[in-house]
Amino acid sequence: MSESKRSDAKSTQEAYLHAGLPAPTPARDGLDKPYWDGTRRHELWVQRCDDCGTHQWGPEWMCHRCRSFEVGWVQVAAEGVIYSWERPHHSVHPALAGQGPYLVVLVELPHADRLRMVGNLLGDPMQDVEIGARVQAVFEDHDDGERSFTLVQWSVPAG
Amino acid sequence: MATDELTIRGRVAVVGVGESVYYKRAQSPEPEFKLVLRAILAACADAGIDPSRVDGFCSYSNDRNLPARIANALGSPEIRFSNMQWGSGGGGAAAAIGNASAAVAAGFAQCVVAFRGLAQGQFGRFGAGPRSNTISGQGAFTVPYGVMSPAQTYAMRTTRLMYEHGIDGSTMRAVAMAAYHHAQSNPRAVMYGRPLDEKGYDEARWIVEPFRLYDLCLENDGAAAVIVMSAEAARDLTPNPVYPLAVQQGGGHRSGASVHNQTDYVTSSFKTVVPHLYGQAKVGPEDIDVVQSYENFTGAVVMSLIEHGLCTYENANEVLTFENLISPTGKLPLNTSGGNLAECYMHGLGLQIEAIRQIRGESTSQVPNARVALANAGPMVEVASTAIYGNQEALG
Repeated sequence: MSESKRSDAKSTQEAYLHAGLPAPTPARDGLDKPYWDGTRRHELWVQRCDDCGTHQWGPEWMCHRCRSFEVGWVQVAAEGVIYSWERPHHSVHPALAGQGPYLVVLVELPHADRLRMVGNLLGDPMQDVEIGARVQAVFEDHDDGERSFTLVQWSVPAG
Repeated sequence: MATDELTIRGRVAVVGVGESVYYKRAQSPEPEFKLVLRAILAACADAGIDPSRVDGFCSYSNDRNLPARIANALGSPEIRFSNMQWGSGGGGAAAAIGNASAAVAAGFAQCVVAFRGLAQGQFGRFGAGPRSNTISGQGAFTVPYGVMSPAQTYAMRTTRLMYEHGIDGSTMRAVAMAAYHHAQSNPRAVMYGRPLDEKGYDEARWIVEPFRLYDLCLENDGAAAVIVMSAEAARDLTPNPVYPLAVQQGGGHRSGASVHNQTDYVTSSFKTVVPHLYGQAKVGPEDIDVVQSYENFTGAVVMSLIEHGLCTYENANEVLTFENLISPTGKLPLNTSGGNLAECYMHGLGLQIEAIRQIRGESTSQVPNARVALANAGPMVEVASTAIYGNQEALG
Protein backbone atom coordinates (compact mmCIF):
# COMPACT_ATOMS: atom_id res chain seq x y z
CA MET A 1 0.00 0.00 0.00
CA SER A 2 1.25 3.49 -0.81
CA GLU A 3 2.30 5.25 2.34
CA SER A 4 2.36 8.54 0.46
CA LYS A 5 -1.43 8.67 0.76
CA ARG A 6 -1.34 8.84 4.52
CA SER A 7 -3.70 11.27 6.19
CA ASP A 8 -2.42 14.16 8.26
CA ALA A 9 -3.72 12.61 11.49
CA LYS A 10 -1.35 12.50 14.45
CA SER A 11 1.17 9.71 14.18
CA THR A 12 4.30 8.41 15.82
CA GLN A 13 7.15 6.06 15.01
CA GLU A 14 7.83 5.56 18.70
CA ALA A 15 6.11 2.49 20.15
CA TYR A 16 4.36 2.91 23.51
CA LEU A 17 4.98 -0.69 24.58
CA HIS A 18 8.19 -2.64 24.28
CA ALA A 19 8.65 -4.65 21.09
CA GLY A 20 7.87 -8.34 20.99
CA LEU A 21 4.12 -8.60 21.52
CA PRO A 22 2.19 -10.56 18.87
CA ALA A 23 1.84 -8.45 15.71
CA PRO A 24 -1.74 -7.87 14.59
CA THR A 25 -2.51 -9.41 11.21
CA PRO A 26 -5.72 -9.13 9.18
CA ALA A 27 -7.85 -12.22 9.65
CA ARG A 28 -7.62 -14.78 6.84
CA ASP A 29 -11.33 -14.54 6.20
CA GLY A 30 -10.89 -10.89 5.20
CA LEU A 31 -13.43 -9.62 7.72
CA ASP A 32 -11.29 -6.88 9.28
CA LYS A 33 -8.99 -6.02 6.35
CA PRO A 34 -10.52 -2.56 5.69
CA TYR A 35 -9.74 -1.57 9.28
CA TRP A 36 -6.09 -2.60 9.13
CA ASP A 37 -5.65 -1.09 5.67
CA GLY A 38 -7.11 2.14 7.06
CA THR A 39 -4.68 2.26 9.95
CA ARG A 40 -1.78 2.13 7.48
CA ARG A 41 -3.18 5.28 5.84
CA HIS A 42 -3.62 6.81 9.33
CA GLU A 43 -7.37 6.66 9.01
CA LEU A 44 -9.95 5.15 11.37
CA TRP A 45 -12.45 2.89 9.62
CA VAL A 46 -15.32 0.99 11.24
CA GLN A 47 -18.21 -1.08 10.00
CA ARG A 48 -21.50 0.57 9.08
CA CYS A 49 -24.53 -1.25 7.76
CA ASP A 50 -25.31 -0.29 4.16
CA ASP A 51 -29.01 -0.93 4.81
CA CYS A 52 -29.76 0.65 8.20
CA GLY A 53 -26.65 2.75 8.90
CA THR A 54 -25.79 1.18 12.25
CA HIS A 55 -22.11 1.34 13.18
CA GLN A 56 -20.62 -1.88 14.48
CA TRP A 57 -17.43 -2.91 16.30
CA GLY A 58 -15.66 -5.36 16.38
CA PRO A 59 -16.20 -6.51 12.87
CA GLU A 60 -19.02 -8.97 12.18
CA TRP A 61 -20.45 -10.53 9.02
CA MET A 62 -23.96 -9.31 9.68
CA CYS A 63 -25.53 -6.16 11.05
CA HIS A 64 -26.67 -6.91 14.59
CA ARG A 65 -29.56 -4.46 14.28
CA CYS A 66 -31.23 -5.33 10.96
CA ARG A 67 -29.45 -8.62 10.12
CA SER A 68 -28.35 -7.37 6.73
CA PHE A 69 -25.25 -9.01 5.28
CA GLU A 70 -24.52 -5.77 3.44
CA VAL A 71 -22.18 -4.44 6.10
CA GLY A 72 -19.93 -1.77 4.63
CA TRP A 73 -17.10 0.32 6.00
CA VAL A 74 -16.89 4.03 6.72
CA GLN A 75 -14.12 6.36 7.80
CA VAL A 76 -14.90 8.10 11.09
CA ALA A 77 -13.26 10.98 12.92
CA ALA A 78 -10.18 9.72 14.73
CA GLU A 79 -11.28 11.03 18.11
CA GLY A 80 -13.34 9.91 21.06
CA VAL A 81 -14.00 10.04 24.77
CA ILE A 82 -12.44 7.92 27.53
CA TYR A 83 -15.11 5.45 28.68
CA SER A 84 -12.96 3.40 31.06
CA TRP A 85 -9.34 2.62 31.81
CA GLU A 86 -6.93 0.31 33.61
CA ARG A 87 -3.27 0.39 34.53
CA PRO A 88 -1.53 -3.01 34.21
CA HIS A 89 1.50 -3.34 36.49
CA HIS A 90 2.06 -7.09 36.44
CA SER A 91 3.38 -8.32 33.11
CA VAL A 92 1.88 -11.46 31.61
CA HIS A 93 4.13 -11.49 28.54
CA PRO A 94 7.94 -11.75 28.43
CA ALA A 95 8.11 -8.77 26.03
CA LEU A 96 6.70 -6.54 28.80
CA ALA A 97 8.87 -7.89 31.61
CA GLY A 98 10.76 -4.60 31.97
CA GLN A 99 7.93 -2.37 30.83
CA GLY A 100 6.60 -1.17 34.17
CA PRO A 101 3.04 0.18 34.47
CA TYR A 102 1.21 1.19 31.32
CA LEU A 103 -2.20 2.65 30.59
CA VAL A 104 -5.04 1.07 28.66
CA VAL A 105 -8.12 3.08 27.74
CA LEU A 106 -11.49 2.10 26.41
CA VAL A 107 -12.47 4.90 24.05
CA GLU A 108 -16.05 5.60 23.05
CA LEU A 109 -16.76 7.11 19.63
CA PRO A 110 -19.86 9.29 20.20
CA HIS A 111 -20.10 10.05 16.47
CA ALA A 112 -20.31 6.34 15.53
CA ASP A 113 -23.14 4.95 17.66
CA ARG A 114 -20.89 5.09 20.74
CA LEU A 115 -18.90 2.05 19.74
CA ARG A 116 -15.77 1.41 21.78
CA MET A 117 -12.11 0.73 20.98
CA VAL A 118 -9.18 -0.42 23.10
CA GLY A 119 -5.80 1.31 22.97
CA ASN A 120 -3.04 2.74 25.12
CA LEU A 121 -3.16 6.28 26.49
CA LEU A 122 0.10 7.90 25.46
CA GLY A 123 2.15 10.00 27.87
CA ASP A 124 3.07 9.44 31.50
CA PRO A 125 1.86 5.96 32.47
CA MET A 126 1.19 7.25 36.01
CA GLN A 127 -0.94 10.19 34.88
CA ASP A 128 -4.43 10.63 36.30
CA VAL A 129 -7.03 9.41 33.85
CA GLU A 130 -10.37 11.15 33.62
CA ILE A 131 -13.37 9.22 32.36
CA GLY A 132 -15.16 11.47 29.88
CA ALA A 133 -11.99 13.23 28.74
CA ARG A 134 -11.68 13.86 25.01
CA VAL A 135 -8.89 11.99 23.26
CA GLN A 136 -7.58 11.89 19.74
CA ALA A 137 -6.12 8.95 17.87
CA VAL A 138 -2.39 8.70 17.29
CA PHE A 139 -1.39 6.22 14.59
CA GLU A 140 1.61 4.25 15.80
CA ASP A 141 3.55 2.77 12.88
CA HIS A 142 5.52 -0.44 13.24
CA ASP A 143 7.66 -0.76 10.15
CA ASP A 144 10.76 -2.47 11.51
CA GLY A 145 9.49 -6.01 11.91
CA GLU A 146 8.75 -8.88 9.60
CA ARG A 147 5.40 -7.37 8.73
CA SER A 148 4.39 -3.73 8.99
CA PHE A 149 1.32 -2.70 10.91
CA THR A 150 -0.12 0.38 12.59
CA LEU A 151 -1.75 0.53 16.01
CA VAL A 152 -4.33 3.13 17.00
CA GLN A 153 -3.26 4.82 20.23
CA TRP A 154 -4.90 7.72 22.04
CA SER A 155 -3.74 10.95 23.63
CA VAL A 156 -5.30 13.80 25.52
CA PRO A 157 -4.90 16.95 23.38
CA ALA A 158 -2.70 19.60 24.95
CA GLY A 159 -4.46 22.62 26.43
CA MET B 1 -47.78 -29.82 31.63
CA ALA B 2 -47.93 -26.09 32.30
CA THR B 3 -44.86 -24.07 31.42
CA ASP B 4 -44.09 -23.20 35.02
CA GLU B 5 -43.88 -26.89 35.82
CA LEU B 6 -41.17 -27.45 33.21
CA THR B 7 -38.37 -27.07 35.72
CA ILE B 8 -35.97 -29.30 37.59
CA ARG B 9 -37.39 -28.19 40.94
CA GLY B 10 -38.19 -31.18 43.12
CA ARG B 11 -37.27 -33.69 40.44
CA VAL B 12 -33.51 -34.01 40.96
CA ALA B 13 -31.04 -33.90 43.85
CA VAL B 14 -27.32 -33.79 44.48
CA VAL B 15 -26.29 -37.09 46.00
CA GLY B 16 -22.54 -36.68 46.23
CA VAL B 17 -19.72 -34.18 46.10
CA GLY B 18 -15.99 -34.74 46.02
CA GLU B 19 -12.67 -33.25 45.18
CA SER B 20 -9.04 -34.17 44.82
CA VAL B 21 -6.45 -32.62 47.08
CA TYR B 22 -6.20 -28.97 46.06
CA TYR B 23 -2.71 -27.85 45.08
CA LYS B 24 -1.00 -24.61 44.29
CA ARG B 25 -0.53 -24.05 40.57
CA ALA B 26 1.79 -26.61 39.00
CA GLN B 27 2.26 -28.41 42.32
CA SER B 28 0.12 -31.47 41.64
CA PRO B 29 2.23 -34.62 41.69
CA GLU B 30 -0.43 -36.30 39.56
CA PRO B 31 -1.70 -35.59 36.04
CA GLU B 32 -5.00 -33.85 35.53
CA PHE B 33 -6.88 -36.95 34.39
CA LYS B 34 -5.96 -38.83 37.55
CA LEU B 35 -7.16 -35.87 39.65
CA VAL B 36 -10.52 -36.04 37.85
CA LEU B 37 -10.83 -39.77 38.58
CA ARG B 38 -10.03 -39.13 42.24
CA ALA B 39 -12.70 -36.42 42.45
CA ILE B 40 -15.36 -38.61 40.82
CA LEU B 41 -14.51 -41.57 43.07
CA ALA B 42 -14.68 -39.27 46.10
CA ALA B 43 -18.11 -38.02 45.02
CA CYS B 44 -19.32 -41.60 44.52
CA ALA B 45 -18.05 -42.56 47.95
CA ASP B 46 -19.77 -39.50 49.42
CA ALA B 47 -23.01 -40.57 47.73
CA GLY B 48 -22.60 -44.16 48.82
CA ILE B 49 -22.91 -45.48 45.29
CA ASP B 50 -20.79 -47.78 43.20
CA PRO B 51 -18.97 -45.80 40.47
CA SER B 52 -20.41 -48.15 37.87
CA ARG B 53 -23.76 -46.40 38.34
CA VAL B 54 -22.46 -43.16 36.81
CA ASP B 55 -23.93 -43.09 33.31
CA GLY B 56 -23.62 -39.41 32.37
CA PHE B 57 -20.91 -36.76 32.31
CA CYS B 58 -21.10 -32.96 32.14
CA SER B 59 -18.33 -30.41 32.14
CA TYR B 60 -17.50 -26.92 30.89
CA SER B 61 -14.73 -24.67 29.62
CA ASN B 62 -13.56 -27.29 27.12
CA ASP B 63 -12.41 -29.60 29.89
CA ARG B 64 -9.77 -31.90 28.46
CA ASN B 65 -10.94 -35.06 30.23
CA LEU B 66 -13.38 -36.67 27.86
CA PRO B 67 -16.34 -38.66 29.21
CA ALA B 68 -15.51 -41.69 27.08
CA ARG B 69 -12.04 -41.83 28.60
CA ILE B 70 -13.41 -41.48 32.11
CA ALA B 71 -16.06 -44.13 31.56
CA ASN B 72 -13.39 -46.37 30.11
CA ALA B 73 -11.24 -45.87 33.19
CA LEU B 74 -14.18 -46.48 35.51
CA GLY B 75 -15.21 -49.60 33.61
CA SER B 76 -18.68 -48.14 33.23
CA PRO B 77 -21.14 -50.55 31.62
CA GLU B 78 -22.60 -47.75 29.48
CA ILE B 79 -22.51 -44.00 28.78
CA ARG B 80 -25.92 -42.42 28.28
CA PHE B 81 -25.08 -38.70 28.40
CA SER B 82 -21.92 -36.85 27.35
CA ASN B 83 -22.22 -33.08 27.57
CA MET B 84 -20.07 -29.95 27.32
CA GLN B 85 -21.26 -26.48 28.28
CA TRP B 86 -20.04 -24.33 25.40
CA GLY B 87 -17.65 -21.42 25.98
CA SER B 88 -17.33 -18.73 28.66
CA GLY B 89 -14.90 -20.59 30.91
CA GLY B 90 -15.90 -20.71 34.55
CA GLY B 91 -19.29 -19.28 33.66
CA GLY B 92 -20.26 -22.89 33.05
CA ALA B 93 -19.72 -24.20 36.58
CA ALA B 94 -23.34 -23.95 37.73
CA ALA B 95 -24.57 -24.62 34.20
CA ALA B 96 -22.81 -28.00 34.13
CA ILE B 97 -24.80 -29.03 37.22
CA GLY B 98 -27.90 -27.63 35.52
CA ASN B 99 -27.19 -29.69 32.43
CA ALA B 100 -26.70 -32.78 34.60
CA SER B 101 -29.99 -32.03 36.35
CA ALA B 102 -31.80 -31.57 33.04
CA ALA B 103 -30.46 -34.88 31.76
CA VAL B 104 -31.72 -36.68 34.85
CA ALA B 105 -35.08 -34.90 34.80
CA ALA B 106 -35.52 -35.78 31.13
CA GLY B 107 -34.55 -39.40 31.64
CA PHE B 108 -31.50 -39.22 29.40
CA ALA B 109 -29.46 -40.79 32.18
CA GLN B 110 -29.92 -41.75 35.81
CA CYS B 111 -26.69 -40.79 37.54
CA VAL B 112 -24.83 -37.85 36.04
CA VAL B 113 -21.57 -36.35 37.27
CA ALA B 114 -20.62 -32.72 36.66
CA PHE B 115 -16.87 -32.37 36.97
CA ARG B 116 -13.88 -30.15 36.23
CA GLY B 117 -10.17 -30.89 36.26
CA LEU B 118 -7.29 -28.44 36.04
CA ALA B 119 -3.56 -29.03 36.17
CA GLN B 120 -2.02 -25.74 35.14
CA GLY B 121 1.48 -27.09 35.56
CA GLN B 122 0.76 -29.85 33.08
CA PHE B 123 -1.14 -27.69 30.62
CA GLY B 124 -0.13 -24.04 31.10
CA ARG B 125 -1.32 -21.05 33.08
CA PHE B 126 -4.65 -19.33 32.73
CA GLY B 127 -3.12 -15.95 33.40
CA ALA B 128 -0.42 -16.02 30.72
CA GLY B 129 -0.53 -13.98 27.53
CA PRO B 130 -0.27 -15.53 24.05
CA ARG B 131 3.22 -16.49 22.87
CA SER B 132 2.63 -16.40 19.11
CA ASN B 133 4.43 -13.94 16.82
CA THR B 134 1.21 -12.73 15.23
CA ILE B 135 -2.40 -12.45 16.26
CA SER B 136 -5.55 -12.05 14.19
CA GLY B 137 -9.28 -11.84 14.84
CA GLN B 138 -10.68 -10.32 18.05
CA GLY B 139 -7.37 -10.56 19.87
CA ALA B 140 -5.70 -8.33 17.29
CA PHE B 141 -7.70 -5.41 18.68
CA THR B 142 -6.55 -5.91 22.29
CA VAL B 143 -3.39 -8.02 22.65
CA PRO B 144 -0.99 -5.56 20.92
CA TYR B 145 -2.06 -2.98 23.53
CA GLY B 146 -1.10 -5.27 26.39
CA VAL B 147 -4.64 -6.51 27.16
CA MET B 148 -4.17 -10.25 27.37
CA SER B 149 -4.99 -11.90 30.69
CA PRO B 150 -8.48 -12.28 32.16
CA ALA B 151 -7.62 -9.63 34.78
CA GLN B 152 -6.56 -7.19 32.06
CA THR B 153 -9.68 -8.04 30.10
CA TYR B 154 -12.09 -7.34 32.97
CA ALA B 155 -10.42 -4.58 34.99
CA MET B 156 -11.98 -1.83 32.89
CA ARG B 157 -15.47 -3.09 33.71
CA THR B 158 -14.64 -2.71 37.36
CA THR B 159 -13.25 0.80 36.83
CA ARG B 160 -16.54 1.69 35.21
CA LEU B 161 -18.53 0.06 38.06
CA MET B 162 -16.66 2.17 40.58
CA TYR B 163 -17.17 5.29 38.42
CA GLU B 164 -20.87 4.84 37.69
CA HIS B 165 -21.99 3.52 41.05
CA GLY B 166 -19.46 4.79 43.55
CA ILE B 167 -18.34 1.32 44.65
CA ASP B 168 -15.40 1.72 47.05
CA GLY B 169 -12.13 -0.16 47.06
CA SER B 170 -12.88 -1.04 50.69
CA THR B 171 -15.94 -2.99 49.51
CA MET B 172 -13.76 -5.12 47.23
CA ARG B 173 -11.36 -5.53 50.14
CA ALA B 174 -14.16 -6.88 52.34
CA VAL B 175 -14.91 -9.57 49.74
CA ALA B 176 -11.27 -10.67 49.74
CA MET B 177 -10.97 -10.63 53.51
CA ALA B 178 -14.14 -12.66 54.03
CA ALA B 179 -12.83 -15.37 51.72
CA TYR B 180 -9.49 -15.53 53.52
CA HIS B 181 -11.25 -15.52 56.89
CA HIS B 182 -13.31 -18.57 55.94
CA ALA B 183 -10.31 -20.37 54.47
CA GLN B 184 -8.69 -20.34 57.91
CA SER B 185 -11.32 -22.85 59.06
CA ASN B 186 -11.08 -25.04 55.97
CA PRO B 187 -8.23 -27.56 55.91
CA ARG B 188 -8.83 -28.17 52.19
CA ALA B 189 -8.07 -24.53 51.42
CA VAL B 190 -4.80 -23.72 49.73
CA MET B 191 -4.67 -20.56 51.90
CA TYR B 192 -5.43 -22.44 55.14
CA GLY B 193 -3.04 -21.00 57.71
CA ARG B 194 -2.44 -17.90 55.57
CA PRO B 195 -4.72 -15.18 57.00
CA LEU B 196 -5.15 -11.79 55.33
CA ASP B 197 -5.71 -8.51 57.15
CA GLU B 198 -6.50 -5.03 55.89
CA LYS B 199 -2.87 -4.03 55.89
CA GLY B 200 -1.90 -7.10 53.92
CA TYR B 201 -4.54 -6.32 51.33
CA ASP B 202 -3.77 -2.62 51.10
CA GLU B 203 -0.04 -3.11 50.81
CA ALA B 204 -0.21 -5.85 48.19
CA ARG B 205 1.09 -4.95 44.76
CA TRP B 206 -1.13 -3.79 41.95
CA ILE B 207 -1.73 -6.42 39.31
CA VAL B 208 -3.80 -4.18 37.11
CA GLU B 209 -5.46 -1.12 38.62
CA PRO B 210 -8.08 -1.20 40.06
CA PHE B 211 -7.11 -4.78 41.13
CA ARG B 212 -4.49 -5.56 43.73
CA LEU B 213 -3.06 -9.05 44.20
CA TYR B 214 -5.83 -10.21 46.56
CA ASP B 215 -8.62 -9.07 44.24
CA LEU B 216 -7.73 -11.91 41.88
CA CYS B 217 -8.54 -15.60 42.03
CA LEU B 218 -5.83 -18.14 42.62
CA GLU B 219 -4.43 -20.45 39.97
CA ASN B 220 -4.52 -24.09 41.11
CA ASP B 221 -4.30 -27.75 40.26
CA GLY B 222 -7.12 -30.07 41.27
CA ALA B 223 -10.44 -31.60 40.34
CA ALA B 224 -13.98 -31.58 41.69
CA ALA B 225 -17.18 -33.50 41.02
CA VAL B 226 -20.91 -33.27 41.82
CA ILE B 227 -23.30 -36.17 41.24
CA VAL B 228 -26.97 -35.64 40.39
CA MET B 229 -29.72 -38.27 40.49
CA SER B 230 -33.49 -38.20 40.62
CA ALA B 231 -35.11 -36.92 43.81
CA GLU B 232 -36.57 -40.39 44.45
CA ALA B 233 -33.19 -42.09 44.03
CA ALA B 234 -31.61 -39.48 46.29
CA ARG B 235 -34.11 -40.11 49.08
CA ASP B 236 -33.17 -43.80 48.98
CA LEU B 237 -29.55 -42.82 49.57
CA THR B 238 -29.88 -40.13 52.22
CA PRO B 239 -32.54 -38.72 54.53
CA ASN B 240 -31.41 -35.19 53.67
CA PRO B 241 -30.95 -34.68 49.93
CA VAL B 242 -29.89 -31.31 48.56
CA TYR B 243 -32.19 -30.13 45.79
CA PRO B 244 -31.09 -27.81 43.00
CA LEU B 245 -34.20 -25.59 43.12
CA ALA B 246 -33.18 -23.92 39.86
CA VAL B 247 -30.14 -23.54 37.64
CA GLN B 248 -30.07 -20.90 34.94
CA GLN B 249 -27.45 -19.73 32.48
CA GLY B 250 -27.28 -16.81 30.11
CA GLY B 251 -26.14 -13.38 29.10
CA GLY B 252 -27.82 -10.20 27.92
CA HIS B 253 -28.02 -8.42 24.56
CA ARG B 254 -24.70 -8.79 22.74
CA SER B 255 -22.93 -10.08 25.84
CA GLY B 256 -20.62 -11.76 23.35
CA ALA B 257 -19.71 -8.59 21.45
CA SER B 258 -15.99 -8.28 20.90
CA VAL B 259 -13.57 -5.49 21.87
CA HIS B 260 -15.63 -4.45 24.92
CA ASN B 261 -18.71 -3.52 22.87
CA GLN B 262 -21.32 -5.33 24.94
CA THR B 263 -24.55 -3.34 24.93
CA ASP B 264 -24.56 -3.30 28.73
CA TYR B 265 -20.91 -2.98 29.75
CA VAL B 266 -21.15 -2.68 33.53
CA THR B 267 -22.69 -6.04 34.24
CA SER B 268 -21.75 -9.40 35.68
CA SER B 269 -24.02 -10.93 32.98
CA PHE B 270 -26.69 -11.97 35.47
CA LYS B 271 -29.34 -9.34 34.79
CA THR B 272 -31.28 -11.54 32.39
CA VAL B 273 -30.52 -14.76 34.28
CA VAL B 274 -31.79 -13.82 37.72
CA PRO B 275 -35.54 -13.37 36.99
CA HIS B 276 -35.69 -16.88 35.47
CA LEU B 277 -33.62 -18.23 38.36
CA TYR B 278 -35.75 -16.95 41.22
CA GLY B 279 -38.94 -17.63 39.26
CA GLN B 280 -38.08 -21.28 38.76
CA ALA B 281 -36.65 -21.76 42.25
CA LYS B 282 -39.76 -20.14 43.78
CA VAL B 283 -37.59 -18.20 46.20
CA GLY B 284 -36.37 -14.61 46.25
CA PRO B 285 -33.20 -12.85 47.39
CA GLU B 286 -34.68 -12.54 50.89
CA ASP B 287 -34.71 -16.34 51.19
CA ILE B 288 -30.99 -16.82 50.50
CA ASP B 289 -29.22 -17.89 53.70
CA VAL B 290 -25.68 -18.10 52.32
CA VAL B 291 -24.02 -17.06 49.07
CA GLN B 292 -21.13 -18.48 47.07
CA SER B 293 -20.24 -15.85 44.49
CA TYR B 294 -17.58 -16.71 41.92
CA GLU B 295 -14.50 -14.59 42.41
CA ASN B 296 -12.55 -14.18 39.25
CA PHE B 297 -12.14 -10.66 40.63
CA THR B 298 -13.61 -9.02 43.71
CA GLY B 299 -15.23 -6.27 41.65
CA ALA B 300 -17.18 -8.91 39.76
CA VAL B 301 -18.47 -10.32 43.06
CA VAL B 302 -19.85 -6.91 43.98
CA MET B 303 -21.61 -6.69 40.60
CA SER B 304 -22.97 -10.23 40.98
CA LEU B 305 -24.39 -9.68 44.46
CA ILE B 306 -26.14 -6.53 43.25
CA GLU B 307 -27.55 -8.24 40.17
CA HIS B 308 -28.82 -11.15 42.27
CA GLY B 309 -30.74 -8.65 44.38
CA LEU B 310 -28.71 -9.32 47.53
CA CYS B 311 -27.82 -5.63 47.84
CA THR B 312 -28.23 -2.56 45.65
CA TYR B 313 -25.91 -0.21 43.83
CA GLU B 314 -26.82 2.38 46.42
CA ASN B 315 -26.19 0.32 49.59
CA ALA B 316 -23.44 -2.05 48.40
CA ASN B 317 -20.72 -0.17 50.29
CA GLU B 318 -22.74 -0.36 53.53
CA VAL B 319 -23.96 -3.96 53.18
CA LEU B 320 -20.80 -5.59 51.85
CA THR B 321 -18.63 -5.19 54.92
CA PHE B 322 -16.34 -7.83 56.41
CA GLU B 323 -18.66 -8.21 59.42
CA ASN B 324 -21.69 -8.80 57.21
CA LEU B 325 -19.93 -11.26 54.94
CA ILE B 326 -18.61 -13.73 57.49
CA SER B 327 -20.24 -16.84 58.88
CA PRO B 328 -21.96 -17.45 61.23
CA THR B 329 -22.70 -13.92 62.42
CA GLY B 330 -22.92 -11.87 59.21
CA LYS B 331 -26.17 -10.97 57.47
CA LEU B 332 -24.87 -12.16 54.10
CA PRO B 333 -22.29 -14.91 54.65
CA LEU B 334 -20.16 -15.08 51.50
CA ASN B 335 -17.78 -17.65 50.06
CA THR B 336 -17.69 -19.72 53.23
CA SER B 337 -15.05 -22.21 52.01
CA GLY B 338 -12.64 -19.47 50.98
CA GLY B 339 -13.84 -19.70 47.40
CA ASN B 340 -11.70 -19.06 44.34
CA LEU B 341 -9.65 -16.53 46.28
CA ALA B 342 -8.50 -18.69 49.16
CA GLU B 343 -9.81 -22.27 49.01
CA CYS B 344 -8.95 -23.22 45.45
CA TYR B 345 -9.58 -21.93 41.96
CA MET B 346 -11.38 -25.09 40.89
CA HIS B 347 -12.91 -22.99 38.13
CA GLY B 348 -15.93 -22.36 40.32
CA LEU B 349 -17.02 -25.92 40.97
CA GLY B 350 -15.70 -25.67 44.52
CA LEU B 351 -18.17 -22.86 45.15
CA GLN B 352 -21.05 -25.07 44.00
CA ILE B 353 -19.84 -27.84 46.34
CA GLU B 354 -19.65 -25.40 49.22
CA ALA B 355 -23.25 -24.30 48.65
CA ILE B 356 -24.29 -27.97 48.77
CA ARG B 357 -22.28 -28.55 51.95
CA GLN B 358 -23.98 -25.57 53.59
CA ILE B 359 -27.40 -27.10 52.94
CA ARG B 360 -26.16 -30.42 54.37
CA GLY B 361 -24.79 -28.62 57.42
CA GLU B 362 -21.25 -29.77 56.65
CA SER B 363 -19.40 -26.54 55.93
CA THR B 364 -16.26 -25.67 57.86
CA SER B 365 -17.88 -22.23 58.32
CA GLN B 366 -21.45 -23.40 58.72
CA VAL B 367 -24.30 -20.92 58.62
CA PRO B 368 -26.80 -22.12 61.27
CA ASN B 369 -29.93 -23.70 59.78
CA ALA B 370 -29.06 -22.84 56.19
CA ARG B 371 -32.07 -23.82 54.05
CA VAL B 372 -31.33 -22.05 50.77
CA ALA B 373 -27.91 -21.38 49.24
CA LEU B 374 -27.02 -19.56 46.03
CA ALA B 375 -23.89 -20.24 44.01
CA ASN B 376 -23.09 -18.32 40.83
CA ALA B 377 -20.38 -18.79 38.25
CA GLY B 378 -18.26 -16.74 35.90
CA PRO B 379 -19.39 -13.15 36.34
CA MET B 380 -18.79 -10.80 33.39
CA VAL B 381 -18.30 -13.60 30.84
CA GLU B 382 -20.58 -13.98 27.82
CA VAL B 383 -22.69 -16.75 29.36
CA ALA B 384 -22.72 -16.97 33.15
CA SER B 385 -24.74 -19.31 35.35
CA THR B 386 -26.24 -19.59 38.83
CA ALA B 387 -27.69 -22.42 40.91
CA ILE B 388 -29.93 -22.23 43.96
CA TYR B 389 -29.89 -25.22 46.29
CA GLY B 390 -32.36 -26.02 49.04
CA ASN B 391 -33.17 -28.68 51.60
CA GLN B 392 -36.43 -30.61 51.94
CA GLU B 393 -37.98 -27.78 53.94
CA ALA B 394 -37.11 -25.23 51.26
CA LEU B 395 -38.55 -27.51 48.62
CA GLY B 396 -41.83 -27.56 50.55
